[in-house]
Amino acid sequence: MSTKEHLVITQASIDFPTPNGPYRALDKVNLKIAKGEFVSIIGHSGCGKSTVLNIVAGLYQATEGGIILDGKEVNEPGPERAVVFQNHSLLPWMSAYENVELAVKRVFKGKKSKAEMKEWIEHNLSLVHMDHAMDKRPDEISGGMKQRVGIARALAMEPQVLLLDEPFGALDALTRAHLQDSLMEIQKDLGNTVIMITHDVDEAVLLSDRIVMMTNGPAATVGEILDINLPRPRDRVAMSETPEYIRCRKAVLSFLYERHGKKIEEEPEVVEETVETAEEAATEAVEAEASNLVDIKKKVKTEAA
Amino acid sequence: MSERIDSASTTGMDWLLPKIKTMTVPLIGILIFLGIWQMGAPKIVTSLGAVPGPTQVFQQFVGLVDEHKEAREKEAAFIKRQEVRNAKKLEKDPNAVVKIRAYTGKATFFDQIWTSLLTVSAGFLIASLIAIPIGIIAGLSQTVYTAINPLIQVFKPVSPLAWLPIITMIVSAVYVSDSPMFEKSFVTSALTVMLCCLWPTMINTAVGVANISQDLQNVSKVLRLSWWTHVVKIVLPSAVPMIFTGLRLSFGIAWMVLIAAEMLAQNPGLGKFVWDEFQNGSSNSLGRIMVAVIVIGVLGYLLDRGMLTLQKYVSWDKSQALR
Repeated sequence: MSTKEHLVITQASIDFPTPNGPYRALDKVNLKIAKGEFVSIIGHSGCGKSTVLNIVAGLYQATEGGIILDGKEVNEPGPERAVVFQNHSLLPWMSAYENVELAVKRVFKGKKSKAEMKEWIEHNLSLVHMDHAMDKRPDEISGGMKQRVGIARALAMEPQVLLLDEPFGALDALTRAHLQDSLMEIQKDLGNTVIMITHDVDEAVLLSDRIVMMTNGPAATVGEILDINLPRPRDRVAMSETPEYIRCRKAVLSFLYERHGKKIEEEPEVVEETVETAEEAATEAVEAEASNLVDIKKKVKTEAA
Repeated sequence: MSERIDSASTTGMDWLLPKIKTMTVPLIGILIFLGIWQMGAPKIVTSLGAVPGPTQVFQQFVGLVDEHKEAREKEAAFIKRQEVRNAKKLEKDPNAVVKIRAYTGKATFFDQIWTSLLTVSAGFLIASLIAIPIGIIAGLSQTVYTAINPLIQVFKPVSPLAWLPIITMIVSAVYVSDSPMFEKSFVTSALTVMLCCLWPTMINTAVGVANISQDLQNVSKVLRLSWWTHVVKIVLPSAVPMIFTGLRLSFGIAWMVLIAAEMLAQNPGLGKFVWDEFQNGSSNSLGRIMVAVIVIGVLGYLLDRGMLTLQKYVSWDKSQALR
């Protein structure tokens, strides 16, 4: 089996029952993902990108077609396909440590000793820089920190595939940028296969090896796949000026807004759409600010010299 | 009003005002109530004399306390006499068989309170031990829920007092032993209480369990948690608030039902006290019954507060406003 065949989605379609007969949410989605690859799935809200992820996670069953991971068909959820949920989904009655512990105990029971498990939990929390707040409960930490713990919980399962469902969607632009950097670092170190759902074009370009662009539902499917040929490690500020970055960004934007743009009258979630553009504007402003800072630093340095 | 607040805040006493308010407002309410009672009561004359006002009721309460003390002294004296008698017997003949008899004086008001509390707790505990597990299973499985829901709906509105005769008959038929651990009357009352405690706890537990957030259920699925771990780590903590809502409802109903059951079945407890006083028909009876009414109310309130404290202790969400 070649490495190209790590995770294969073949002709995956899904129908949801409605009072007016079945509603085809996804139609014949095909995707092959190699080991260690970082793939983003992007599309308008309601296009079924989360549905794809849920099928891979095993939380939904494809009506037709299916998923093969390392030669085995995926039929049910399992810890080898760890999910980071959009709203962190930490158990509110457990501390950060206990939340990760629940996963570690489940996956490594009988394989690791108690001391090894403790070390492993602490290691994963320190990977996401949460080792200082291990004993805090979710209601005592910020949204970004909760999402970090969610990522630590997923990483601690040592998954073959890490599934991220709009992991940073609910966070402010600055926190999001921090977590994106953390995620890149972790992925560089661990080499996980990652599938990430996002609606943020910059996030997709910055993090991914490939971007899968989905058409609008009903019967959504893969519209186009874009290869991102940016060298790693990637620096968001330095990279934002390179022609490749600009090309990728433009390609995604033109797919989303020119060829598969949603007409406003069809859009049920206009508010969310505005929020997204507002968020994008905010991210851009932050990045502009960041590049300004870099310039100022350079000036200071040259002056000092 | 605003002037008063201003003057208080200038003297640095503004932290005191809300406290005074929370203390005085209920007090004023109680005083007004007592005033109306004191004035209105003597105007209603029954065959047992005028309805007692708060002062007479308080005198009756003092009387009941005295009676209790007297009874305790009598009991102590009885036991002492018995000990002395037995010791003498043993002195004469070391092999003599000495009998130790329990004191069989009339149960006082406070003995009856104790009996009632014990009965209600026993019935409530048994009911909770049955209802919570069934509620959890019904909440987890739609099939089980659909199966037992009609039964719950039919039995829930039935007053447990309707069950009382049936339970009494069954208990006297089934609960036969030479040296019973509990008295039959106790078992009958406790079972009646249990029957009324089952339903609110069961329904609320089932609803609480069925409404666990989908996200947490997904976490459980992805981790492939075992059924037991799923229930203990995810289901129970999520459902704790709803379970306690059910428990508190049950306890409130249980306390009301118990008093009625004791009156009806002549089982020992506060209900029997009330009934005995009513049958007794002395000029003190109305006052003593009113003491019982107030004590029943205060105890019911304290029991609910106790449950609330327990809920605060068990619940993970300490910030949650509980009332």
